[in-house]
Amino acid sequence: MITPPCVPMSCRGTCHHDCSAGVAMTTYEFLVEPFVQFAFMRRALVACLALALGCGPVGVLLMLRRMSLMGDALSHAILPGVAVAFLLAGFSLPAMTLGGFLAGLTVAVLAGTLSRLTLLKEDASFASFQLISLAAGVSILSTRGGNVDLLHVLFGSVLAVDDRALLLAASIASLSLVVLAILYRPLIIDSFDPGYLRGLNGRSGLWQILFLALVAMDLVASFHSLGAMMAVGMMMLPAIAARFWARDVWHMMGMAVLIALLSGFVGLVASFHYHLPSGPAIILTAGLLHLLSLAFGPLGVVRTRFGRVRQHRRG
Amino acid sequence: MKPIIRLENLTLGYERHPAIHHLSGQFARGSLTAVVGPNGAGKSTLLKGIKGLLRPLAGSIHLEGVTRGDLSFLPQQTELEQDFPISVWDAVLIGHWRRTHTGRAMGDTHRQQAKAALDAVGLGGFIHRIVSTLSGGQRQRMLFARILVEDAPVILLDEPFTAVDDRTVAVLLAMVQAWHSQGRTVIAVLHDLEQVRRHFPATLLLARHALAWGATASVLAPANWQQARAMSEAWDDHAPLCADVLPGNVPP
Repeated sequence: MITPPCVPMSCRGTCHHDCSAGVAMTTYEFLVEPFVQFAFMRRALVACLALALGCGPVGVLLMLRRMSLMGDALSHAILPGVAVAFLLAGFSLPAMTLGGFLAGLTVAVLAGTLSRLTLLKEDASFASFQLISLAAGVSILSTRGGNVDLLHVLFGSVLAVDDRALLLAASIASLSLVVLAILYRPLIIDSFDPGYLRGLNGRSGLWQILFLALVAMDLVASFHSLGAMMAVGMMMLPAIAARFWARDVWHMMGMAVLIALLSGFVGLVASFHYHLPSGPAIILTAGLLHLLSLAFGPLGVVRTRFGRVRQHRRG
Repeated sequence: MKPIIRLENLTLGYERHPAIHHLSGQFARGSLTAVVGPNGAGKSTLLKGIKGLLRPLAGSIHLEGVTRGDLSFLPQQTELEQDFPISVWDAVLIGHWRRTHTGRAMGDTHRQQAKAALDAVGLGGFIHRIVSTLSGGQRQRMLFARILVEDAPVILLDEPFTAVDDRTVAVLLAMVQAWHSQGRTVIAVLHDLEQVRRHFPATLLLARHALAWGATASVLAPANWQQARAMSEAWDDHAPLCADVLPGNVPP
């Protein structure tokens, strides 16, 4: 039995368990009991599972299509839509979801169109829309909401996820997996040979827009738990970490889901025991797993740079 | 012979800068044509235009009795995302897209065709390899296997033998000859004039417009080639958008 340290002394009895005696906790008490005891922790964990399933595979495709930063840009692009929905309907889950999705989709289509019609490459269009969206979103929110609303929208609150929000996250994750299964083949073809589908029927742009719509949808789901600033974290960090574990797309997607789920679990436990804000704790865990993968994964720095070269068998 | 691809006063280019001017002519059904010319003459641009990857700035491309989907296209390797982690097997199965699209599962027939194609190009033992670990020649053979799987009546090859060793060139050239004898129309952008003379009955000599188009022996006359080099070198960015002053094209 391991005996993890009790809660830090700094909590001064404000935490969820009795630490006054400084009694060492069992592994079970440290890792499992928070979820057994508190419904909000269970809901947060299930929300993380939904986000991992929805965001992980999509993040892998974004990374492999060299669009990692576009995910970040899109996550900011949903902000004005959410802000307008908030102004019109208050903290309404469906309104904010729809508003965010439409804003994300609009920016994706606009950026794609501008890159086709002008000299700008798509990433430049996304970069400019990202800044405009963030500034517009914060400005719109400030006209009505207070600082608490702003903090909620920017950094989310995974521990405040209620049943309706959970249902929404689960539905989006399910839909996302179905849509991804349909788009998988054309996206893989388009990623490897960008001219192939365009040369057949001129519809390569359609797949790209559908894919970006999928990204926007997953980001909106992530947004409710992690906020606009952190939403993309569950999508990109596990995906990039997964690159160091697998050589082919399928396994990379599986690893991304596992790493995202592990980040959610460890992040929630850490936030519970050490009084960290839950969203940043989850993303920091994902970041840590990313660094560990980069260093020690089968395709990481240690193995590929310093590992022994495989001996050729002779004869 | 009946044409399969007809070009009418075709002008193709990038960002409104034409690379090919007022090209008219036709590729006969079942013909084997080499497209030659100096660097920057518009050879690859022409193939991309026919494939539908570039929209004509003016004029038109008519496909007679075939659709865009019936055109197999071998891109230059630099146009592929070579680091993308796709296996040789999956890269060749892409050739079935015309028949399977997003939804239809790959059946046994599809798999057998892909396996046969890989065996035919000598990559039968490389099925599980990731494309980025292949050599340039192996990658080219893999792309030829994809064309075999596509089984299309028209095949467009953009520099198929560049950076490929002699043995691989021989294998690939034999496949091109086989396609020709099966009645498929093949158009290939090439640099090796000796190879063209020996293996390609028809040639289009390009230097931003057609200098000569017809039987290879007459097209590759030294005078034509000299003219081609001179014209391309005289080209500059400040030339008029559409060079109407260029001499008329020579239809085959």
